[in-house]
Amino acid sequence: MSTHPTGDPTTGATTPPDPTDADAVDAALRAGLLAVERAADLDELKAVRLAHAGDRSPLALANRAIADLDRDRRAEAGRAVGAARGRLRAAITDRTEILTALRDEEVLVAERVDVTLPYGRHPAGARHPVATVMEQVGDIFTAMGWEIADGPELEAEWYNFDALNFGPDHPARAMQDTFYVQPQGGPSAGGSSGLVLRTHTSPVQIRTMMDRTPPIYVVCPGRVYRSDELDATHTPVFHQVEGLAVDRHLDMRHLKGTLDHFARAMFGPTSRTRLRPSFFPFTEPSAEMDVWFAGRKGGAGWVEWGGCGMIDPDVLRACGLDPSVYSGFAFGMGIERTIQFRHDISDMRDLVEGDVRFTAAFSAPTGADPAAVAAEGI
Amino acid sequence: MRAPLSWLAEDVDLPAGTTAQQVADALLRVGFETEGVHIPPATEGLLVVGVVRTIEELTGFKKPIRWCTVDVGPGNGPDGGDAPRGIICGARNFAVGDHVVVALPGTVLPGGFEIASRQTYGHVSDGMICSVRELGIGTEHEGILVLDPDAPVGADARGLIGADDGVVELAVTPDRGYALSIRGLARETGAALDVPFRDEAAARSAALPAREHPAWPVTVEDEQGCARFVAVRVQGVDPSAPSPWWLRRRVQAAGIRSISLAVDITNYVMVGWGQPLHAFDAGRLRGGITVRRARPGETLRTLDGTVRRLAGDDLVVADESGAVSLAGVMGGESTEISGSTDDVLLEAAWWDPAAISRTARRHKLPSEASRRFERAVDPAVAAAAAEYAAELLVRYGGGEITGRTDVGRVPVLPSVQLPLSEPERLTGRSYEPAVIAHRLEQLGAVVTSAGRSLTVLPPSWRPDLSRPADLVEEVARVDGYDDLPSVLPAAPPGTGLTAEQQRHRRIAADLASAGLTEVLSFPFVGSADLDRLGLPAGDARRRSATLSNPLDADRPAMATTLLPGLIDAAVRNLSRGARDLALFEIAQVVLPRADQPAPPALPVDRRPTDAELRRLSSSLPLQPQHVAAVLCGDVDPAGWWGPGRAASWGDAVELARRVGAVAGVELRVTAASVAPWHPGRCARISVGDWPVGYAGELHPAVCERYGLPPRSCALELDLDALPLPAPPRGPRISPFPPVRLDVAVVVPAAVPAGDVTAALRDGGGPLLESVRLFDVYTGDQVPEGSVSLAFALVVRAPDRTLTAAEAVQVRDAAVAAAQDRTGATLR
Repeated sequence: MSTHPTGDPTTGATTPPDPTDADAVDAALRAGLLAVERAADLDELKAVRLAHAGDRSPLALANRAIADLDRDRRAEAGRAVGAARGRLRAAITDRTEILTALRDEEVLVAERVDVTLPYGRHPAGARHPVATVMEQVGDIFTAMGWEIADGPELEAEWYNFDALNFGPDHPARAMQDTFYVQPQGGPSAGGSSGLVLRTHTSPVQIRTMMDRTPPIYVVCPGRVYRSDELDATHTPVFHQVEGLAVDRHLDMRHLKGTLDHFARAMFGPTSRTRLRPSFFPFTEPSAEMDVWFAGRKGGAGWVEWGGCGMIDPDVLRACGLDPSVYSGFAFGMGIERTIQFRHDISDMRDLVEGDVRFTAAFSAPTGADPAAVAAEGI
Repeated sequence: MRAPLSWLAEDVDLPAGTTAQQVADALLRVGFETEGVHIPPATEGLLVVGVVRTIEELTGFKKPIRWCTVDVGPGNGPDGGDAPRGIICGARNFAVGDHVVVALPGTVLPGGFEIASRQTYGHVSDGMICSVRELGIGTEHEGILVLDPDAPVGADARGLIGADDGVVELAVTPDRGYALSIRGLARETGAALDVPFRDEAAARSAALPAREHPAWPVTVEDEQGCARFVAVRVQGVDPSAPSPWWLRRRVQAAGIRSISLAVDITNYVMVGWGQPLHAFDAGRLRGGITVRRARPGETLRTLDGTVRRLAGDDLVVADESGAVSLAGVMGGESTEISGSTDDVLLEAAWWDPAAISRTARRHKLPSEASRRFERAVDPAVAAAAAEYAAELLVRYGGGEITGRTDVGRVPVLPSVQLPLSEPERLTGRSYEPAVIAHRLEQLGAVVTSAGRSLTVLPPSWRPDLSRPADLVEEVARVDGYDDLPSVLPAAPPGTGLTAEQQRHRRIAADLASAGLTEVLSFPFVGSADLDRLGLPAGDARRRSATLSNPLDADRPAMATTLLPGLIDAAVRNLSRGARDLALFEIAQVVLPRADQPAPPALPVDRRPTDAELRRLSSSLPLQPQHVAAVLCGDVDPAGWWGPGRAASWGDAVELARRVGAVAGVELRVTAASVAPWHPGRCARISVGDWPVGYAGELHPAVCERYGLPPRSCALELDLDALPLPAPPRGPRISPFPPVRLDVAVVVPAAVPAGDVTAALRDGGGPLLESVRLFDVYTGDQVPEGSVSLAFALVVRAPDRTLTAAEAVQVRDAAVAAAQDRTGATLR
């Protein structure tokens, strides 16, 4: 280090300058400024500050010597020494700032890391696509003021069939592939339990009409059961969403309008629906519903999506609603099937087996919603 | 239901050139889904009718071969002449004089098989006599196709064999039994295309031939089960008479196997008119016929050879020997038509749909007949159907019709008043009164105007048309749904998701954020699953609802816990190569009540009373929503940063707490010992003193039995048991500095840390802001069997800066409480 105050060639003096000697004071100042200028880092600058501005520095000593001067010489000497010390302090402050910035820059460079190293310390989980699609449907309808209703999966036959106008021996009841519940006490107890696994979410519609008074606008998403063996296109356990609206003056136009809106929300702005006459015990008139899907495998076209109709007057009556005052519509579709065609899934089993790779793919970044991309494409 | 286009065209005036696909499309628009449109494969070139003139049996070859001369009509002979063609044929089912189909040289049969003159078996074969299969019109291949004797020689054979006749295959919804017939579908086609329809069955019903004698003594004991029973007898039938080709072609095109003349005729009339017929061998009937319900213990050997024990609800046709036919479902073996039957009694009846439906299901005997009867057939055409069948039998099998018996009557369907405004009220589209009437008339209804409404008399085959809404559907569907306007209705303002629905979503989203993957498993379990979980006998989770008809006999019960399904999913993932897994599921479980009453029988013609609905509710098991998770392998993965960290009991407990936090409920953790968890690493999760679930490490034996990695962890909580939190009160934040104090206490190792923490908190009082356990120590510094717990206390007052002395006082009070309640001593 070259900043020691005594014998330092830059100060040109080994004794404190005479405070009345302007040249000497100036020399001490210049020596200080030079040293500050030459300080290469904060440590050197700290030594320079001690040597040239510290308590034992020439200028500090000169300052102290002013007290010994004659009264009439003190003022002038004081001004000269004070000015010199002020300049030196300012130079140190400036230099400190520069050197601090330099030091910081070096530290940051030294701390560089490889940010491309993989950092998967918190593996992501994922929602099941069936669950997220049911939530999406719920959001679409709650945005219109509808509400979401739910109910039990093991259900009374009365709710699942009778109240929905399925006669006890009507072939439609047999066509439902129903899981029946044994009476308590086992099969030997005899008789029927009167309980089934719900074959559709329609019993929730009945429960809703029992519990509320019109206007009623609800969707009922949930798990349902049919005694089909699991294969590429069937699963005994699947999910449906049904909609129900009961109000004064509802007619098929409103059914169609609701379905068209729903289709656009699910499949993009070019989507729409088409109705074909069909039969359900709980609706009259009844219709099958096709949806125009721009992203359909093999090209834009109609895809079977669900069933719908105007609520059968007998159903309204069983729920205590006067069919001459109220009318309503209902519709329903399978969630798995919707996902199958919207996301081009050829095998139903992928949706039910719980393989994490499959489920994770629905949370993985793909760039955009495939349905939206498809809709843009036409 | 398969409908050949040529058959439909007999009843409805199809515009020239109408294709099978166009008919299918028209029927689709009125509600019949297309299951297939079957077009026979094309034949190029000439197919002509020939008559066999001579047959020479050739010998000396590996198989018998015939050298025939066949007259194929003027100009179709060799070199365009009139002479017969010489043809080699390997089939033997024909004789001189038979009319056959000949493919002339140059003709290309389906499959690209080109016919040419060729030298074979020592002769020039100058064409081919074709089989049904070679013509691509069926699968019959035993011999060549022998046409009816009236087939004109030399004519184009295409029309006769139906080479260009498409078959439309349709799905018929269960409310439209009438459409399981050519008659019904032709009517629908006529309405859909707005072209005339001819009702042959009605015409014949209106002009029934008179019969002097009854066919057979018939007594109908059960008029509710059998509204009409018609029997027509044909005597002197030639039992060996074959079915003519046109008849075989018709029933085969309809998808029914050709069996014998009598059976083919009954099937032909059934498909054509929708009226199933049964043919008895009258020579084997013993005495008069009685229509009744089965007697207790009565049995019947049906046509399929099975002896069936009948139930008191089964309708039967009986003679003096007992039941001879399971009415409307399947005939009996004892009176079956055989190869020697020359005395035939044809039955055409109207059976109660519900009874037939129950019988067909009870005996697992769905048949073409029961399918129609359970959807209701037209009672008005029963007699004409039996007469028509008898007439055909006489025409092709000889003999004569010797009598008809007709018991019962055709019920008259009640008329329906249809307000002219009703179609618009339900569909939102206006229909001219004339259009409404026209559409209903097209479907067979009789419509009369009654001021502002129409009086509609439904046709005898449409018992489903009983209310205005039923008629509106008919008008709307035949007129078409395509022009329906689309109007989005405005629902009244809603309140969004319920608190429970929001909670469900938030918990699922939070668990996914925490790294868990959602699974939706099948809720079916069996005792083996519960054994694998190590649930003791008598465990409440073994009391489950059981299915009568499970898909998997080993898993007949509804899950009472989500863990079997989740663990199965984990095992499946592991078997596919996964190593570290974190899975969760939120779903209903089914918990039967101890004494669940059977559901009451409730009406459907009115709203059940609230009391009735409550009784119905109490007959259902409880079905709370559970959340469960399974953790296997590492929760923190290994990487370049260092080793991973295996899932531990603590992660399971922390997840449970997380669920509580999201739900806004403070959960209490206490030690428990419950299967399937490790008895020393199982936490009971409670709200106050109310247990809501368990979390911890799975029992080593459970991991072993399932093949899960050792120390896999799980949790299961009853979400419905978590109370919905009250809206939180805004907290009072103290602006004064805290005093932080650490304190270490020594307690016997058996004392749960949770108890010590709770004691400290209680003892410290309101100034003790928080207590956090930060270290657990066992070793030299503490006595054997004891553990040192170190806590960080934060002490703070809401209104002033505490002095050190005040803070120490708080600490001492906390420690005193811990000492008092848990035996903790200050270290």
